[in-house]
Amino acid sequence: MKIVKVNGKKRSHKIFMYAISTCAWCKRTKQFLKDNNVEFEYVDVDLCDDEDKEKVEKEITRRGGRLSYPTLIVDDKTLITGYKEDRISEALEL
Amino acid sequence: MTTLEAVRRRAESDARTYGYVLNPDSKFLVDLIEGLKTNEDRYGYPSCPCRLASGVFELDRDIICPCDYRDPDVQEYGYCFCGLFIRKDIIEENKPIESIPERRPQEKIALAHVPASQRVEKPAEVVPALTAIPLKTKLKMWYCKQCGYVVFREEPPFICPICKAKKEMFEEIRATIYLGA
Repeated sequence: MKIVKVNGKKRSHKIFMYAISTCAWCKRTKQFLKDNNVEFEYVDVDLCDDEDKEKVEKEITRRGGRLSYPTLIVDDKTLITGYKEDRISEALEL
Repeated sequence: MTTLEAVRRRAESDARTYGYVLNPDSKFLVDLIEGLKTNEDRYGYPSCPCRLASGVFELDRDIICPCDYRDPDVQEYGYCFCGLFIRKDIIEENKPIESIPERRPQEKIALAHVPASQRVEKPAEVVPALTAIPLKTKLKMWYCKQCGYVVFREEPPFICPICKAKKEMFEEIRATIYLGA
């Protein structure tokens, strides 16, 4: 799986994002994290191979999430579906 | 290969037909138009840029822009899932636009994550799941009492694409239709 790491000064939370490369909400979420200087990792699911797409589906559903992008996983426990600035800020204490 | 201009013109024309407007945030709109173009070049049809397409036309049919979920989403939230089409009153009232919940059934989304190789190699497992979707839905025929437009789908359209009459103006046509031979 091609995981991209975006460096940032804020590293107090572990953030992983499932995204779609063509999705405007995903782009906005990436930009929001960058603007706030937050370090995060993401994977563009549409660019993954078949095997990895299936892994992503299993991983999101295993965590009780809905299959919708962007999906953010904060500290391996909090799951945020969609671009929701308030919820992201709250989870990351921004 | 299509062009960004062609994709934009098509979206504008479609928004006009249904009485919507395109997202006024120019950067966001460019992202969406580029996403649609990428998908059209990639799959041969402009599937929703904010959803995972399978690349199989029959499976992606409901998310080809304008998707089947657009009108109910615009009705309920004021704009569609990806934020391309927006109701005029939302713009006029300057309401903030955020992600809305996904209306597309999860089992359909899950199918886009199933490896294509599995679909081919294990038809016995996959085919029933694929064919189960259209069989479950009961397609009906509706006509617009205002202009006579006829449509074959589960629910009547929220707005008549021809004369803009509301959903209530649609009435079901009760007839026996024999599909196939």
